[in-house]
Amino acid sequence: MIPELGQFALVLALCLGLSQAVLPLVGAHTGRRDLMALARPAAAGQFVFVVLAYIVLTQAFLADDFSVRYVAQNSNTELPVAYKFAAVWGGHEGSLLLWVMILAVWTLAVAAASRAQPAVFTSRVIGVLGIVSVGVLAFTLFTSNPFDRLIPAAIEGNDLNPLLQDPAMVAHPPMLYIGYVGLAVPFAFAVAALLSGRLDKNWARWTRPWTVIAWLFLTIGIALGSWWAYYELGWGGWWFWDPVENASFMPWLMATALLHSLAVTERRGIFKSWTVLLAIAAFSLSLLGTFLVRSGVLISVHAFASDPTRGLFILLLLGLISGGALLLYATRAKLMVAEGGFRLMSRESFLMANNILLVTATGAVLFGTLYPLFLDALGLGKISVGPPYFNLVFLLPMLPLALLLGAGMHAWWMKMKGAALVRKLAWPAGLAVAFGIVLPLFVFGQTSFMTAIGVIAGLWVCGAALLDPLRRLLRPKQGMRLTRAHWGMVLAHFGVGMFILGATVTSAYNIETDRGVSPGERWETGGYEFLFRGVRDVQGPNFDAVEGEVELLRNGELIALLTPQKRVYRVQQSPMTEAAIDGRIHRDVFVALGDSLGGGAWSMRIQIKPLIRFIWYGCAIMALGGLLAATDRRYRHVPERARAGPAIEPGAVGEA
Amino acid sequence: MWRYAIPVVLLAVLGVFLSRGLTLNPTYVPSPLIGKPAPEFNLPALKDPSATVGSDVFEGQLSLLNVWATWCVGCRQEHGFLVELARSGGIPIYGLNWKDDRDTALQWLDRLGDPYVASAVDADGGVAIDWGVYGAPETFLIDTDGTVLYKHIAPLTAEIWRDRFVPIITEKCGTFPCPQGGPGRQGFDQSE
Repeated sequence: MIPELGQFALVLALCLGLSQAVLPLVGAHTGRRDLMALARPAAAGQFVFVVLAYIVLTQAFLADDFSVRYVAQNSNTELPVAYKFAAVWGGHEGSLLLWVMILAVWTLAVAAASRAQPAVFTSRVIGVLGIVSVGVLAFTLFTSNPFDRLIPAAIEGNDLNPLLQDPAMVAHPPMLYIGYVGLAVPFAFAVAALLSGRLDKNWARWTRPWTVIAWLFLTIGIALGSWWAYYELGWGGWWFWDPVENASFMPWLMATALLHSLAVTERRGIFKSWTVLLAIAAFSLSLLGTFLVRSGVLISVHAFASDPTRGLFILLLLGLISGGALLLYATRAKLMVAEGGFRLMSRESFLMANNILLVTATGAVLFGTLYPLFLDALGLGKISVGPPYFNLVFLLPMLPLALLLGAGMHAWWMKMKGAALVRKLAWPAGLAVAFGIVLPLFVFGQTSFMTAIGVIAGLWVCGAALLDPLRRLLRPKQGMRLTRAHWGMVLAHFGVGMFILGATVTSAYNIETDRGVSPGERWETGGYEFLFRGVRDVQGPNFDAVEGEVELLRNGELIALLTPQKRVYRVQQSPMTEAAIDGRIHRDVFVALGDSLGGGAWSMRIQIKPLIRFIWYGCAIMALGGLLAATDRRYRHVPERARAGPAIEPGAVGEA
Repeated sequence: MWRYAIPVVLLAVLGVFLSRGLTLNPTYVPSPLIGKPAPEFNLPALKDPSATVGSDVFEGQLSLLNVWATWCVGCRQEHGFLVELARSGGIPIYGLNWKDDRDTALQWLDRLGDPYVASAVDADGGVAIDWGVYGAPETFLIDTDGTVLYKHIAPLTAEIWRDRFVPIITEKCGTFPCPQGGPGRQGFDQSE
């Protein structure tokens, strides 16, 4: 009975979503205040019923209700309770419900935070979010109902995919979805601006923090996924250019471009139609990602069980939502008139280069991801596109981006003298080049051209980011005050630099060996001593495992006891490798257990990965920078003039 | 202005491809080799570079040729199943180590288990071209006289093995696994 309540709640949510999608938009078009006033109650009502449905599904998991097909497919009585909560989004149907719920939360947040904005504008935004929500709710109810019954009920469930039974994997999907779905907010703002035909600096000021928050969650989500792949696949790699990884990465690249373009629009009132296009593209790419993951058109290691009906439905949704928005764009974009110009030597130019490079990179990744599909559809054969292609086409635009980034941060708006920029940056650039060549030689004893370039780029970005805070620290008299948004920019870019350093150093100086070892055997790898003590059997709640014990020593002193495991999950009988990692800021020692070689001997993979943590710390710092930027004063306090009059007014004077 | 219509046109083109993609099976590739003699090759063996592995190994018994590489995620995915299949002893599996690094490949087999009777090293990918390999992993089922019976693209799973390979083998031999020495009924009509 309870699961039916969940389904009923979803149906009610769909009805409320329909009214949220239609009435406020009609109201905004005809100027009827009564219809516009329905936007917020409809959004709130939808939120209540979606959350109710979600709670019902969670309850079905906690109660081991295997008469619900989705629960039977994704849970088991032995599954630890924490993973039962995570199992709610462990499969296709439940993850869609999570998607819808996150959209409801975003909508509610927009509705609550937009009271100072003109009703015509917020009605349109909430209405557009309603359209998206109706689409996904209908998709859930008609093709992927999580409350479908299984009659007769299963006695025991099939268990959650063991790959997902991991703390990082618990957090990864929600973070990613908050980011993915959050891009619907700038999308809705963009469509609302197109509908009204007006877009000013206040619009950009409004859109920016939402975009930054969505972007920072996307950053965390992708980083968690990469971190998970690193230690859970027993592989030691951290990015594979898998279609599904690309599906999450493309919206991120586009959202990054959007952030920077919004900065220009907010500050200078230019790049308007371009910014709107990026906002539409970012969310369209996240819908495209949904399509790629759930339709089975591409081969991937982590695609959901595929179903052509579902694929067709998402494709229609993509066509309707993105196609509609782009059609609107085609007819209305010419109304977005720039409010000024800029010189070649200005921050605007740097940000334009940033946008061009990021969009190029997105295009290259998109092309590589879909290329097999293009060829197949044209009957030209089947191929797969691998990391060599992606590494090349991604690095080509990213290297100049890193170089320009350091300078762009210090360029002035409108115009500046190139000589001033060169004077300011000569020292950091010189130091980056010198240290970029000398440091790797000193620490690792060797370097190569590409490694040096990578290290220089990383140091350059880090150094350029820290330049302003350092100058402030050294010469406090000059009275330069850094706003929270400025600190956000500094941190985010510093994170980018750390990421570049981590990725470069770890791929250049990674030490990796596989060897067979017997109990009591001592050996040396990369300056560390290892002692294999042997293996023992251990039992988890729903798995059996063999656990190896490896002492990690340096100069005869014990640093860590590493316990890599090989698990077999009892229900699905799938083997899993749990690598043991001694992680320090400057390096990871990674030990994974291979196969038994007989007589107590085991094959073992040992990796020493210098600076690999910089990859994820860098992402975390980027996200932290985003948080600072999104909570800057000017977003927390609505300016008086915005409160007094309509914000969306042509030529309104906005000061960033 | 027409340039504002470019994005929607691009989306429409993309939509056409994506909808076409829905009707295609990315894992299905018809191979022109099916029913024809397997392309001949003679390559160095992975374990012992001084020895060779040639297409003559297929003679006299039903066998599998699995195209693999350590850089291929799908190969990693199917490897456990291959090891299991090899252990069950129903059919010999030969490997074609495609465009790979010898040391890494040896480490991989060391660590994950070696399901192959022998692996041939196709370092420059020339033999893979003869065999019409699109991407790793691919698995060929080869008849006792060296005819290609079936080709599967994408990771091999227990399900695919059961549904696609076992019926062909059972039809050839009458039983699965085949009795020693290949199909029971010699001279079985290969052209079907």
